[in-house]
Amino acid sequence: MKYIDEFRDGELARGLAKAIAAAVNPAREYRLMEFCGGHTHAISRYGLQDLLPSNVRLIHGPGCPVCVLPIGRIDSAIALATQHDVILCTYADTLRVPASNGLSLLKAKAQGADIRMVYSCDDALRIAQDNPQREVVFFAIGFETTTPPTAAIILQAQRLQLSNFSVLCNHVLTPAAMVHIMESQNDPAAVAIDGFVGPAHVSTVIGSGQYEGFVARYQRPVVIAGFEPLDVMQAILMLIRQINDGRAEVENEFTRAVTREGNRKAQGLCEQVFELRETFDWRGLGEVPLSALKIRSEFARFDAEVRYQVGYAQVPDHKACECAAILRGHKRPADCKVFGTVCTPDHPLGACMVSSEGACAAHYTYGRFRVEVVAPVDEA
Amino acid sequence: MKTYTRPLDLKNGRVDMSHGSGGRAMAQLIDELFARHFTNPILAEQGDGACFALPVGAGRMVMATDSHVVSPLFFAGGDIGCLSVHGTINDVAMMGAKPLYLSAAFILEEGFPLADLLRIVQSMAQAAREAGVPIVTGDTKVVEAGKGDGVFITTTGIGLVTEGIDLKPSNIKAGDKILVSGMLGDHGVAIMSQRENLTFETTIQSDTAALNGLVAAMLDTVPNIHALRDPTRGGLAAVLNEFAQASGHGMVIHEKAIPVRSQVAAACELLGLDPLYVANEGKLVAYCAAEDAENLLATMRAHPLGADAAIIGEVIADTNAFVQMETVFGGRRMVDWINGEQLPRIC
Repeated sequence: MKYIDEFRDGELARGLAKAIAAAVNPAREYRLMEFCGGHTHAISRYGLQDLLPSNVRLIHGPGCPVCVLPIGRIDSAIALATQHDVILCTYADTLRVPASNGLSLLKAKAQGADIRMVYSCDDALRIAQDNPQREVVFFAIGFETTTPPTAAIILQAQRLQLSNFSVLCNHVLTPAAMVHIMESQNDPAAVAIDGFVGPAHVSTVIGSGQYEGFVARYQRPVVIAGFEPLDVMQAILMLIRQINDGRAEVENEFTRAVTREGNRKAQGLCEQVFELRETFDWRGLGEVPLSALKIRSEFARFDAEVRYQVGYAQVPDHKACECAAILRGHKRPADCKVFGTVCTPDHPLGACMVSSEGACAAHYTYGRFRVEVVAPVDEA
Repeated sequence: MKTYTRPLDLKNGRVDMSHGSGGRAMAQLIDELFARHFTNPILAEQGDGACFALPVGAGRMVMATDSHVVSPLFFAGGDIGCLSVHGTINDVAMMGAKPLYLSAAFILEEGFPLADLLRIVQSMAQAAREAGVPIVTGDTKVVEAGKGDGVFITTTGIGLVTEGIDLKPSNIKAGDKILVSGMLGDHGVAIMSQRENLTFETTIQSDTAALNGLVAAMLDTVPNIHALRDPTRGGLAAVLNEFAQASGHGMVIHEKAIPVRSQVAAACELLGLDPLYVANEGKLVAYCAAEDAENLLATMRAHPLGADAAIIGEVIADTNAFVQMETVFGGRRMVDWINGEQLPRIC
């Protein structure tokens, strides 16, 4: 596969692994948080931890949009589909997230709610055009990557004068969550984070410049990296070099896609359609100020929250769930009592087990043999 | 006086409730469609079931059944008809048996075009003929419009296992080699590319095929194959995990050795899927002793359905029965069971 295999070359990876091994100071630990679920997935899927020295620890951050979506928001979506009889369109991973009363969108669908999986928000708009007699709601989730397309379909719905289409907006913002993580570092139980592998696709939209204030304020290096495994290895090397030099800068490993300014057109669309929410409840992190978007009042007729007067009730996670500590890097998945027992990808209790990009799901699916293998590996 | 019966309108006609009512219309459908195309001496006896003798001194028998509900009914490289024949033949063959006979039961939805049914039946007849496994009995039911999805087909097959052949997961031992018969993921990607909400241009065709010929050749060379299975739903990952659990051993596969077409890899990349979990309908996974592996591989590669066969890994002693993969990067990760299934009805 051209343009893909080049970024998964085993030889280059071994070269980078050697460079990392040579660069690390054996006397210290390097605790690096990869913010994005996409990075978590690449690290787990390619077994990158095996290529790193033991004093380089990767901490999986909260950048998995499905994971951080709070239960109350899914309850609202289910209510729209069951009580208001709308066609609810959603991205696939969201279907399995457990909600209140033992429900999920998938279970609500099995009970007769009209819930449809879409690959793109355009599909939701098309469903609205094809079903003029039905109300159609797009359940919009995600970070800055999925936000511009949502803005674009709202503008398109306005142009088309669609009267049966609206959006339940749950878009959240990356820099606000990174700030929240650094602010919670004051917690005595916190694991100090030495540097961040910065988001890939999010940064193509917002630009690398968006992290400059963060770096100046918290004095932690951020290296923006693509989602291919070689990108992640290269970014880790760049972070280790910055930490060794005592530097805290924004560096861009993902220059093939990310500029300092980002995508101005996408930013403009978002600015036109959305405004900041004062606060938003993140699953695992709790209330984070100025961390999410809502639809501006001039587009109220496309805002499902306004249209159906959707309320929000916070629903606490399961008591034994350690997701909050895991998402902040305070604990590892295997430290959680319910990990792999009552909480598995088939029956997730907490946020991190829900999506394949979540820290616990990635560890369960790809990495748990490292802890559990007791028998010697016999290469007979 | 000879009564005139208007022939079925196979061009514009549709299935109606009378085709399942037990009356003349049903008899006509069976005569003009099923019996005409599936034609063979056993079916021609028009019994309530099929009656046949077994070869003298026949060994153990194998019986397998499989329902087919694929959507769309017609896809690149095949349709529900040939799929329903191949699927059951393969299940019988994976037991090390020579498939002998098939049955076919149809659940038709009122309003289903007879022209489509004709295409499906012709495709089944051709698949059965090519595989040398006749369809000797069948059944037809019609459900009201809205209570089915065009057509569902259940096929059952029986076959004979030659003396000395005994394929089962408990034969699998640490040190065994794991082989696959060709490129993985073609069927799943071909189906997905034609889904209503997922149209993308691709030249990938379903790999649907009857594997009884390949299996016979493999058993000729290595009668002591330990186990076989076709990686359909859940893909290679499901087979490896099923065998790991059933045998109580771990498995290690090597990502570099796994044959995947670049178009399939690209489609999976686009859709966020892993080819290890994507369905196949004309591939098999084989386990054999290490000393037999090269011999078995050569036999598979000499067969048209095994041209891209490869040795992809080995069985290890591991009481956790984990399936691990050495990635192209040289790191290791688990290959777990699939979680949920977002793309229903692929077979």
